[in-house]
Amino acid sequence: MIVNLVSIFLAAILTNNYVLSKFLGICPFLGVSKKIDTAVSMSLAVIVVMTVATIATWPIQTFILDKFGIGYLQTIVFILIIAALVQFIESFMKKNMPPLYQALGIYLPLITTNCAVLGVTTLNIDNSYNFAESIVNAIGSGVGYLVAMVLFAGVRGRLESADIPKSLQGLPITLIAAAIVACSFLGFGGMIDGIFGLK
Amino acid sequence: MAKKQRSIGDIFFSGWIKENPVLRLVLGTCPTLAVSTQAFNGIGMGVAATFVLVGSNLVISLLRNFIPDNVRIPAFITIIAGFVTVVQMVIQAFSPALDKALGIYLPLIVVNCIILGRAESFASKNGPIASIFDGIGMGIGFTITLLLMGSIREIIGNGSWMGIVFNHGTVIQPMLIMILPPGGFFVFGLLVALFNKLAEGKGKEPATLTCCNCPQADMCRESMEGGNN
Repeated sequence: MIVNLVSIFLAAILTNNYVLSKFLGICPFLGVSKKIDTAVSMSLAVIVVMTVATIATWPIQTFILDKFGIGYLQTIVFILIIAALVQFIESFMKKNMPPLYQALGIYLPLITTNCAVLGVTTLNIDNSYNFAESIVNAIGSGVGYLVAMVLFAGVRGRLESADIPKSLQGLPITLIAAAIVACSFLGFGGMIDGIFGLK
Repeated sequence: MAKKQRSIGDIFFSGWIKENPVLRLVLGTCPTLAVSTQAFNGIGMGVAATFVLVGSNLVISLLRNFIPDNVRIPAFITIIAGFVTVVQMVIQAFSPALDKALGIYLPLIVVNCIILGRAESFASKNGPIASIFDGIGMGIGFTITLLLMGSIREIIGNGSWMGIVFNHGTVIQPMLIMILPPGGFFVFGLLVALFNKLAEGKGKEPATLTCCNCPQADMCRESMEGGNN
């Protein structure tokens, strides 16, 4: 049980990294990764929302949608839950945790339409994870997002001072740099299964 | 956005290349990178997104005077999610193979910024006929880009096109890296660079991630402290 959870957690961070191997949440990855501190705040907000969204959607899928055979409503229900949750978290933070709101508040609305959040809730159902596995997967995916953002913010810091041909400046070189960072993550492939002797 | 009245033809064709949603407006990057491993998947995704785009543009444009301004984003998302569910059910019924290939990215059309972006910046301000043509045009632009990227990646990475294998690896080994995630970022980067070069020749700005058509752009800009891209 514990081994299973640890392997899900590590796989979500390294081998199935949401940004670099599943291509979820690319817009904020490219947009907000310019500075390390903004990258960290954005990723922390993603971790919070992913976890809370999973806690809310898993029981609804299992005890309401599946029970009454209306699983096809999954997409509509999940996106509405996520939109409402983000609003709720934002108001809650504003009132009860002002310092945290100062740090993460502006990133929260961005996350409503971040495909990584809808992605993690849907994938938990698709992979038929149980409740504990789903939560671990959500946290791991969020941490993986953090790792990718922080690494990439470092790479982009270096790109600032590089001499780049005109037509490659800006977005194209950022994407090519992302390709190289994604290459380095390919190296983790198969590692998790190897360590835990799965498959 | 120009306030001038644009002709239907202009609205229809601008999405193909001039305002290509992926390569010029930099919207919908996630599905572009993810499903463009094969040319056929690209077409499937493109057609599915086009259907949702046309449907949601039409409905949103018809309802544009009834939706209160402060709840418009949730309202748009609900309409889009309805169409996505229809597409999901149709694809599951008629092409289970495509459903498997697109996987998680099919329900994720809901949060594809092309669709929400067009709803926000076009359909909520224009009439139904113009919105339908805008949807078809943008959808074709998206499909063309996916087909282009899918073809490049499939030909180089797998030695085949549309599933027809022509490179069996006897002379040149297919470069597997192109159909792996890094290849997606790489091909996308080079295509954006190419389009920037073409745009430069016509005296236009290079594509940046300013997300001018994304509904979240204002908040994004705030979070980037005025930094462009």
